[in-house]
Amino acid sequence: MNDTMRRWGRLVAVLAALTIVAAACGDDDTAGEDGTGATGATTTGGTGATGTTSAEPLQVALIAPSATNDLAFTQSMFDALNALKDSENLEISVSDNLFVVDDAASAIRNYASQGYDLVIAHGSQFGGTVEQIAAEFPEVSFAWGTAGDTFGQPNVYAYQAASDQGGYVQGVLAAGLTESKVIGVVGPIEVGDAKLYVDGFKVGVEATDPSIDVRVNYTGSFSDVGLASEAARSFVAADADAMTGTAQMVVGAIGVATENDIAWFGTQANQTSLGPSVVVASQVYHWEVVLTEIIDGIRGGTLGGESFTIDLANGGEVIEYNPDYPLPADVKAAGDEAIAGITDGTITTGVSE
Amino acid sequence: MSKFFTLTVLTATVASGIRLATPFLLASLGETIGQRSGLLNLGVDGIMLLGAFGAYYTVLETQNIWLAVLVGAAVGLVMGLVTAVVNVTLKAEQGISGIGVFLFGLGLSDLLFQKLVGTPVPIQTFPTVEVPLLSSIPTLGSMFFRANLMVYLAFLLVPVLAFVLSRTTYGTNVTAVGENPAAADSVGVSVARIRYSTAALGSTLAGVAGAALALQLGIFQQNLTQGQGFIAVALVYFGAWRPVGVLAGSLLYGMVASTVLTWKTLGVIPQSASDLAAMAPAVLTVLALVAVARRFRQPDALAKPYERGG
Amino acid sequence: MTIGRRRFTRRHDRRRLLVSWLALPAAAFAALLVGAGMLVALGADPITGYRALLDGAFGSPGALTDTAIKAVPLVLVGVGICIAFRANVLNIGGEGQLVMGGLASTGLVLALPDLPGPLLVPLVLLAGAVGGAIWGAIAGSLKAYLNVNEILSTIMLNIVAVQIMNYLLAGPLVDKEFSGFSLIPQTRRLSPNADLPVLVQGTKLHAGVVVAVLAAVLAYVLLWRTGLGFRLRAVGLSRDASSYAGMPVRRTITLALTLSGAMAGLAGAVLVFGSASHRMVTDGTATGFTGSAGFNGIVAALFGGLNPLWTIASAFVFGGLLVGGNAMQIAVQVPTALIVALNGLLVVFVVSIEHLRRRYRVQLGSPATVPIASGGGEDAERPGIPVREGAEE
Repeated sequence: MNDTMRRWGRLVAVLAALTIVAAACGDDDTAGEDGTGATGATTTGGTGATGTTSAEPLQVALIAPSATNDLAFTQSMFDALNALKDSENLEISVSDNLFVVDDAASAIRNYASQGYDLVIAHGSQFGGTVEQIAAEFPEVSFAWGTAGDTFGQPNVYAYQAASDQGGYVQGVLAAGLTESKVIGVVGPIEVGDAKLYVDGFKVGVEATDPSIDVRVNYTGSFSDVGLASEAARSFVAADADAMTGTAQMVVGAIGVATENDIAWFGTQANQTSLGPSVVVASQVYHWEVVLTEIIDGIRGGTLGGESFTIDLANGGEVIEYNPDYPLPADVKAAGDEAIAGITDGTITTGVSE
Repeated sequence: MSKFFTLTVLTATVASGIRLATPFLLASLGETIGQRSGLLNLGVDGIMLLGAFGAYYTVLETQNIWLAVLVGAAVGLVMGLVTAVVNVTLKAEQGISGIGVFLFGLGLSDLLFQKLVGTPVPIQTFPTVEVPLLSSIPTLGSMFFRANLMVYLAFLLVPVLAFVLSRTTYGTNVTAVGENPAAADSVGVSVARIRYSTAALGSTLAGVAGAALALQLGIFQQNLTQGQGFIAVALVYFGAWRPVGVLAGSLLYGMVASTVLTWKTLGVIPQSASDLAAMAPAVLTVLALVAVARRFRQPDALAKPYERGG
Repeated sequence: MTIGRRRFTRRHDRRRLLVSWLALPAAAFAALLVGAGMLVALGADPITGYRALLDGAFGSPGALTDTAIKAVPLVLVGVGICIAFRANVLNIGGEGQLVMGGLASTGLVLALPDLPGPLLVPLVLLAGAVGGAIWGAIAGSLKAYLNVNEILSTIMLNIVAVQIMNYLLAGPLVDKEFSGFSLIPQTRRLSPNADLPVLVQGTKLHAGVVVAVLAAVLAYVLLWRTGLGFRLRAVGLSRDASSYAGMPVRRTITLALTLSGAMAGLAGAVLVFGSASHRMVTDGTATGFTGSAGFNGIVAALFGGLNPLWTIASAFVFGGLLVGGNAMQIAVQVPTALIVALNGLLVVFVVSIEHLRRRYRVQLGSPATVPIASGGGEDAERPGIPVREGAEE
């Protein structure tokens, strides 16, 4: 027997021994046995036709593709869940950084088999896997987004954001503020939520003042802060005096905006704290609007079958102004008009409809 | 495209390229020292991340940028000593230990960030320092002499390192240890001590590089370096283990990246070609090396643990 | 020598035997201890955590299936690394080759979705291998004919591959029927004819496992039973000597990276067609598709002593770590970053103890354990990473 064989034989033996010990000490449950306090509620979770009252905590699991503090896509859902924790009596578990579908699928299955009431698969790539797993766990409610398809399954909810609407409003505001008539947009890759927002923004600027030059720079990465920072600098060199951007890498761009006193318009999360002197407003995703519907549905016995959108009209998207930014009254008025117009349908962005 | 050749735009692009290059230039110089003595450190990215977080957190708590740089260096030093113990004393496979250090740095920096900071808070960045006299030179002054101190440090390190490596006893010992540790050992040079020192120095620079990155950007985020540590390792080969070569490679990479950004902003690169353009720095670096391909010899003892009488 | 001396030697022998046996588990234990410290610092219970880790990795048929599936790309990449590193070519380009393999196989299926399964599946795997092989060949020929260091070229090619992926998945290959307001960089659900067949009804265990084991066996045979394998190893030990002996060194080096890339490309195809979603998707980085299999495969191969057969075992263990790590995260609700750091710690601790262990084995006089990697430069271009002893059978 040679060296390598011995080495691995030993390692496997050690691990096997540990496994046996673990199995002996543990319960007889199958894989997915957990140590959280939440298991105590397994028998009461997963409502059938009877439904639970809000006196019992609802166990919610969030599977997210990136970090919960990314100030973007994932954080928006994470913050929304936490905001509802007390009022809706939720017990929340989170698995972050699970972009790869197979890893996320493992986690989704794990939570579902533990009897969680609601499993949120927060990523557009999780659709196929949600469809599969939801069929295996008819008593668990699944929500996924951003997307619109519930696969005709009674226990799948879908949700998405009409981020072009807020983008439009931000465009109107930016167009009103700019004096150099050059606006810079820092984007990641031209897809998904980012594309929606940027397209809406462009329409908004165009509708206010077609002579403004909107420069869009898709850096090619959602997370490269350095690239975003330098992209912002290139806008500075091009005389931009207003900028916007989307995805978690914009933190770099906001820093440049602060340095150069350039107005910044944010999306997905409230970015005022990142640039208190330059952030004008942020389109904040308040997924709570959708979550309350889903949670009430579950408590009432409906585990899925509906697809939701957050937009300006239902308060899922809110333009949160930075109170410390000296926004001229006429610009704000134009913004409010835009919000009203979109809300009552007189203005359409032409992007998400 | 004509808009690109205006002075303002060109100046901004060059300055931007230098700024982009500084972090991996610093890290690459550090890795050069290590590799010259025969140590391959693939964990540079992880050390940069730890240094970056250390610096970021220091500024958050103390608002002192220079303390932050010191902290970054200290973190790098500690990691350097750890890698030295692992690679030199315990004679581990340097390829694997490097990847282990990378994973550790990636995970720990993110973990500490999530637990100690949470939602990102911006910090102050390096002040721009204008070199007196030189910065008033038209165009060139704005390109090269209006940058932050890290940039100047990185550039100054190049001739210093070149001098140390080629003209000092220490440098000769380092090279000897990297080429033929047995021979060096036989004339009384302590292989272990030299390698410890180069590991420490190299990692300290990696930590400083991370600090430079975080303090240039004014923020921290998960995986802030986005693989720049690996680019730093790659550039050592581009530079043929010479500081000047490393500088050339770093500048090439940085400049191409900043040019691509500028062209995207100017609309020279259409959105549809956006992704393909993003690969330009990598492609051009390889092409550049092809163009100047010489018979490089890597240090003979690179990545081989030394054992007396072994 | 003297009787006294012999007794002394025997006691030392016992101690050395003990050390060499316990070293590895001790190192792993030490790493886990540090990990436990981190867990406690985060307010989590280490016992629960580690139990969940073991359970999630090996504690049930479902877990073992997950681990096996997770190990498949690690085995494939690792096998490729064995081939390359044995030829003294440091292939750090696994990530890029995985991506190109995935893209090639995806492209094939999008072009020919209606071919029957028994024809399509092998074609898919072939396409993946070809995609990765081409990517490896680029770096290989750059090294062989233009003296461009392969660490440089493979790292750069990784970057290029990611951008090609981003472009294709957001553009020509995108799923135009996505139900959201705007498209994401993902393909449509690829033709079911290309799904890797499931080996055991009702489980997720797919044919990728068979492919991986087969590839490892073939690679073993290649390296130690064929002329090409001999040339690969010879070039790895001494490029100059092989050249003097008349071997086609440049072609061999190119082939080493080509084969290595082919393995990684194959893994890429398996990742797409064995996955739960049967689509290819990107988040803009390589890791979003590969899950770092390109790097983890290197670790698996090196822990397997650069022997394809032992790479299977080490990949399985590493896969268990990854799968178990996710289960641990769910159980004790710590950020996944901790799992990443813990993996790094384990790798560092275990690799640190290796040499010590090996040295004790040598001193015990075990056969065939003289380390090949000695200091000094008999040859002008020695391996960048020492080749394992004990792997010559």
